[in-house]
Amino acid sequence: MSGQEIDLKKRRFLTNATSVVGAVGVGFVAWPFLSSWMPSARAKAAGAPVDVDISKLEPGQLVRVLWRKKPVWIFKRDTTTLANLEMFTDEDLADKDGTKDSKSQQPAYITQSHRAIKAEIAVMVGVCTHLGCSPTYRPELGAADLGGDSWKGGFYCPCHGSKFDLAGRVYAGVPAPTNLVVPPYHFVSDSLIRVGVDPKAS
Amino acid sequence: MDNNKSWIDQRFPLTKVWNEHLAEYYTPRNFNFWYFFGSLAMLVLVMQIVTGIFLTMHFKPDAANAFASVEYIMRDVDWGWLIRYLHSTGASAFFVVIYLHMYRGLLYGSYKAPRELIWILGMVLYIALMAEAFMGYVLPWGQMSYWGAQVIISLFGSVPVIGPDLLIWILGDYAVGDPALNRFFSLHVIALPLILVVLVFLHIVALHTVGSNNPDGIEIKKNKDKNGIPKDGIPFHPYYSVKDIVGVVVFLMIFSAVVFFAPAMNGYFLEHANFVEANPLKTPDHIAPLWYLTPFYSVLRAIPPMFGSQFPGVVGMFAALLILLALPWLDRSKVKSIRYRSWPYKAALAIFVISFIVLGWLGMQPVTELNALLARIFTVAYFGFFILMPWFTSIGKTKEVPARVTE
Repeated sequence: MSGQEIDLKKRRFLTNATSVVGAVGVGFVAWPFLSSWMPSARAKAAGAPVDVDISKLEPGQLVRVLWRKKPVWIFKRDTTTLANLEMFTDEDLADKDGTKDSKSQQPAYITQSHRAIKAEIAVMVGVCTHLGCSPTYRPELGAADLGGDSWKGGFYCPCHGSKFDLAGRVYAGVPAPTNLVVPPYHFVSDSLIRVGVDPKAS
Repeated sequence: MDNNKSWIDQRFPLTKVWNEHLAEYYTPRNFNFWYFFGSLAMLVLVMQIVTGIFLTMHFKPDAANAFASVEYIMRDVDWGWLIRYLHSTGASAFFVVIYLHMYRGLLYGSYKAPRELIWILGMVLYIALMAEAFMGYVLPWGQMSYWGAQVIISLFGSVPVIGPDLLIWILGDYAVGDPALNRFFSLHVIALPLILVVLVFLHIVALHTVGSNNPDGIEIKKNKDKNGIPKDGIPFHPYYSVKDIVGVVVFLMIFSAVVFFAPAMNGYFLEHANFVEANPLKTPDHIAPLWYLTPFYSVLRAIPPMFGSQFPGVVGMFAALLILLALPWLDRSKVKSIRYRSWPYKAALAIFVISFIVLGWLGMQPVTELNALLARIFTVAYFGFFILMPWFTSIGKTKEVPARVTE
C-alpha cells in the first residue's frame, strides 16, 4: 500500500468486527447484573416443607398456612359438600376432570373429582390462577351475591371475579384459566399433614 | 456583570441556551387554559423528587420494616406526615396534570407532523411514569401494595413459554416478598427518576426544535416578519413564564387543599386497605389499582381467557397503552385543531373520552355481570377510536384554517 489510499472496505470490516466484539463484551458484562435478579441462595433455601396439625379442624373450617411464601388452604369438607361436588357438569366448570388445560395443576396421584388424597380434607394453594390474588372462602350455599341458588359453595376471587368450587375447580366463563393448584402433600399421621412433600411410593 | 457573562459564554453557551429556550423562544400568542399543564407537570416532577429525597432518609426498604417505617414517618418524624402527603398527593396530581396535558394534545392535534417525536417521547414518559407510580405504591408495604404488586407482576407470568421463569426473575423469589420490595425501591428511587428526567429533557428539546402548537393548530413559523420572528409569536420569557406562575398559584391552592384536608381523597389517592400491613394469606375483599391505572385495568378484566391462558387480556391491556404511540399516523385529517375539524372527529373524540372515563370508573368497581358487559362495550369503543381513525378523520367537511392565529 502506498500509504495515501484509504482502504474503505478494510476500515468498514474493522469497524464492524470491533462493534461485534464490543457487543459480545457488553453481553458478558450484563450477565452478572441480570443474574443478580434471580432468587438468591437464601431465597432458594426458604422453600422447606410445612407441617400442619389438622386434629382440631372442624367440618367447614379452613386454615391458612404459608408454604414457599404462598397461602395454602387446608379445609374440611362434609358429606353434603362432597356430594355437591359430583353435581357439577361440564357446562359449569371449565375443566371438570382436570384433563384439559388444568392437567398440570395437581400431582399425578390426585385423580378424583374431589382433588384430595382423603376426600374430606382438601389441600390447595390459595392463589388464583388468573393474576395471583387469594380467593375468598365462601362455603355458604346459595350466596345471593354469587349467583344465588346455583352457588354450591366455593371460592370467589375479589380481584377479578373468578369462581372455584370446593375442590378448587374453576367455573366456566371466568377470568381464571385453570383449576387451583394442589401442592404435593401427604399424611404423616391421621392428624398431621406435610405440605411440600409427595407421599412415599408404597 | 457583562464581563462575567462573556467569561462564562466563552466556556459554556449560557446566553445561547437562555435565548434559545426562554428569551427568544417564540411561542404562539394564543395559548389558552390547556397550555398550563406542561409546566405544571415539571413542577410536580421537581416536587416529587424533592419530597422523595427526604422520604428516602427515613424509609426502610425491607419487608419486615417498611410498613412500620412509613408509620414512623407519619407519627414520629417532625413534619414527616407533610412530606409524605405531599409525595402521595403529588403522585395523583402528576397524573391529573398529565391526563389534561395529553387531552390538550388530542384537542389541538399537537401530535401531528412535525411533532410526532414530541408525542412519542411524551408517551414513553407516561409509561415510565406509570411504572414509577406503581413501584412507589408498593413501598409502604400495605395490603394494597402487596396485592397490587402480586396482580401486576403476575401479568408477566402469563407470557407464554417464558412466563413462569420471567416471574421468578422479576420477583427474585417464588412469591412477592422482600427481594421484590428492595429492587422496586432501587428502581423507584434511582433508575426511573433518572429516565424520567432524561425523557423530559428530550421532550422539551424536541418541542423547542419544532416550536409549540396552539389552539388554532397553525404553524406560526410560516408567517415571519422581516427579522425572522414569527408574527404570531411572543417570547416565552417573560410572557409565558409569568402566565405560568398564575397557573402554578392556582394549582398549588387546589393541591394544598387536598394535602391538608383530604390526603387520602376518600380512598382514591391512598386506598383504605393500604393502612393495613401486607398479609400474604389474605387478599382484601375489594382490590383495585389507583385511579390513574384503572382504565387499562378494566381492559385487562374485559378480555376473557383464551386457550387456557389469561395472556390475551394482558396483550389487550398493553395494546391499549401502546396504540397511543401510533396516533400521529392514524390521524389523516388535514387540520390539527378541534376548532376546524369535521364533526365525525368531534363525535369520535367525545366517545373516546367517555370510554376512557367509564373504563376508569369500572376498574374501581367489583366485577358483576353488568360491569363486565359494560367494560367489554367500552373496550371496543376505546380501540374503535384508534382503528377507525384513518377513516373518520378523512371524511366530513373541515373548516377553513385561517392564516393567522385567532384571538
